[in-house]
Amino acid sequence: MPEVHIPAMLRELTGGRSTVEAAGATIREVIEDLERRWPGIRDRLIDGGRLRPNLAVAVDGEVSPLGLREAVEPSSEVHFVAAIKGGV
Amino acid sequence: MSDREYAVVGTRPVRHDGADKVTGRALYGADFQAAALLHGYILRSPHAHARILRIDTSKAMVLAGVKAVVTAADFPQGPDRMVDLGDGDVPLSYVRGNLLASGKALYRGHAVAAVAAVSRHIAEEAAGLIEVEYEPLPCVLTAPDAMQEGAPLLHEDLKTRELGEPTDRASNVADHLRFAMGDIDAGLAAADVVVEREFRTATVHQGYIEPHAATALWNNDGRVLVWCSTQGAFVVRDVTACVLDIPVSRVKVTPMEIGGGFGGKIPVYLEPVAALLSRKTGRPVKIVMSRKDVFEGSGPTPGSYIRVKIGVRNDGRITAAQAYLAYEAGANPGSMVVPGAMCIFAAYDIANVVIDCYDVVVNKPSTAAYRAPGATNAAFAAETVVDEIAEKLAIDPIEFRLRNAAKEGTRRADGPKYRRIGCVEVLETMKRHPHYNTPLEGPNRGRGVAVGFWFNIGFPSSCNLSVNADGTVNLVEGSTDIGGTRTSIAMQAAEVLGIAAEDVNPSVADTDSIGYTFATGGSRTTFATGWAAWEAAQDVMRQLKERAAKLWDADAASVTAEAGVFRSGDKVLTFRELAARLDETGGPVVGRGAVNPKGVGGSFSGCIADVEVDPETGKVSVLRFTSVQDVGKAIHPSYVEGQMQGGSVQGIGWALNEEYYMSPEGTMLNSSFLDYRMPTALDLPMIDTAIVEVQNPGHPFGVRGVGEANIVPPPAAIANAIYRAAGVRMRRLPMNPPAVMEAIWKQRD
Repeated sequence: MPEVHIPAMLRELTGGRSTVEAAGATIREVIEDLERRWPGIRDRLIDGGRLRPNLAVAVDGEVSPLGLREAVEPSSEVHFVAAIKGGV
Repeated sequence: MSDREYAVVGTRPVRHDGADKVTGRALYGADFQAAALLHGYILRSPHAHARILRIDTSKAMVLAGVKAVVTAADFPQGPDRMVDLGDGDVPLSYVRGNLLASGKALYRGHAVAAVAAVSRHIAEEAAGLIEVEYEPLPCVLTAPDAMQEGAPLLHEDLKTRELGEPTDRASNVADHLRFAMGDIDAGLAAADVVVEREFRTATVHQGYIEPHAATALWNNDGRVLVWCSTQGAFVVRDVTACVLDIPVSRVKVTPMEIGGGFGGKIPVYLEPVAALLSRKTGRPVKIVMSRKDVFEGSGPTPGSYIRVKIGVRNDGRITAAQAYLAYEAGANPGSMVVPGAMCIFAAYDIANVVIDCYDVVVNKPSTAAYRAPGATNAAFAAETVVDEIAEKLAIDPIEFRLRNAAKEGTRRADGPKYRRIGCVEVLETMKRHPHYNTPLEGPNRGRGVAVGFWFNIGFPSSCNLSVNADGTVNLVEGSTDIGGTRTSIAMQAAEVLGIAAEDVNPSVADTDSIGYTFATGGSRTTFATGWAAWEAAQDVMRQLKERAAKLWDADAASVTAEAGVFRSGDKVLTFRELAARLDETGGPVVGRGAVNPKGVGGSFSGCIADVEVDPETGKVSVLRFTSVQDVGKAIHPSYVEGQMQGGSVQGIGWALNEEYYMSPEGTMLNSSFLDYRMPTALDLPMIDTAIVEVQNPGHPFGVRGVGEANIVPPPAAIANAIYRAAGVRMRRLPMNPPAVMEAIWKQRD
């Protein structure tokens, strides 16, 4: 199953765990699986059917422009990170 | 490393827009002219913090030549909502409130009302006739002061978000976020040496040479037409539509040439106001900021307070790192403290990290992005501590960094593991560079080094190509060209097409004429719009092979193309010959590219600085400076070097001179280029560059993006050089003569 890295600010929802496994073929499915096991985490990640404002998802170290629709493999590493825009 | 040879990529053709720019024919924002044009002027708050009790525009309205006056009351009034307008999600009320103050003025220079008149002088005179009754309030100007219990509150309804959760606590702290990895206590306990220091950096401005300028016409058909200087025409379109509560399809933005932006021309300040004035008058209205307006009314980068604590073993391995960052957001939340926090230890492989960051509103202009936003402040702190530790351990500062350098597979404190990166290659290039290996002789002289990181970004881009009968290709794209990107984009298309860069004619289109393209920012343009050009060129080549096959009555799959020559068996056509025969094979060939790419490659930059400190005056002179950066692939090396030099000079400005010098009442006292000292060519030596090319596997040509990482390390490198020249550790920016003298005197005491 994909390995999900839990941001420091959400670890109170996962009993302090910094990494958990979650089933799913897309980020949306992974979050739904997280929600089944750690209720409340979905609302911290999703707002209005999309990733929360200023949040992005990285799969295997690469920030995805597809957000919740991004596909994941069983071997994937998933991170929820701050969305970055830029300056020049 | 990059080892592939290309025909066009990596060469140095003359830029396509060069002739217009060097002959003065290029048209910038303020150059726009139209029949019946009116001129706008914006009245700004003289107070850093004040309640606006009353605005009376009646005297202004009766002045001869005045055609309209607008205030915040002229904006559509509706419920507040979150909007993403190019720089993250923000409440619409903040966007409108920054364009024209509503209820409170939150900084000196905050726009309060605007006038349109037949001349700028009449508009300015009329603005002076607008009566605004203020109730001045105490102001707060730094993050530490604004975080104090009992500090004056800018937004009474602003409640702190604590570790991602809303709270009921009203304060000037908009957000407190944390990144954590490993066990910080165990990491610090395992250290032989622990160094903890605190740092302050000043508010600085991007200092683009061209002030903001915009013209708007609210046409009789209900469409709003805008001509302006911007980093993102689509951002202007979306903000204007959102603020005025009209569909985006009703707004057409034509980007003029742009005289610099560096992140400061992503936000919108003038266009919706000009549009409101145009709606009232039925005429086009142009507003051009003065330099004082730019300093006081547009977004600088945050001043900051940072604490850094790093633990290290005697063998030179970092065991733990901790940071506290509080950045001034200015009048509204959104200080770029989060990217600063994500970058602060990004150059190192550290198992145990905790980073707390605070986004704090203060009575200064709402801050904007500035070249690797947030990262320069952070690197000044972290890289100064790293240098101090290396010295304590008697390890060469580059060698110390190499022992701890991030590499592929290293996990950053914010979570993800790096893909292929070039941090080690940058450090090794610095270590063997002639600059680093040339002894620095003479009294009061010192050498410093530092490294820095910036993520770079992707985001959507569009590009269209059309083949001309003479074998040239017209390229249309949506990225405003700040640093030669017309050419770097055209070169990527030319490489695929097998033609010369000069045979591609690039142009930047208005928002009706090209698909959505995100702003020129985040070092994304050569990466993402270049990718769109690559894709469009692939589309053209696919069609041209089909056309050749038609001419030859062959299977398209049998047609090959290399270096601008199409072949199938013994049949041969050059690109130019085939382009001349499009009509007989089906008509025009138009290629399209539209991308929202993954594969962004972060960039590391390092620099070596030699300085001399005058022990009598504290003046720091830069004797020699070398910038090193992993750029992935340098599409046009001259423009890459230009970016590295430009970022370095700006970083030197942060280091030695630049700051918003504020009165206690919140007035910027140096709001002109005479008093806000940016370094010029007269102040600096030639900035040497060393391009490192560790290909980004996520881009067709290996591009990473080059515009930002180079500004990150210079202040720290110069601080470290000053230490070696004068024996004082500088922990506040700018390190101007008074600051250096104060440090020297303290040391003597």
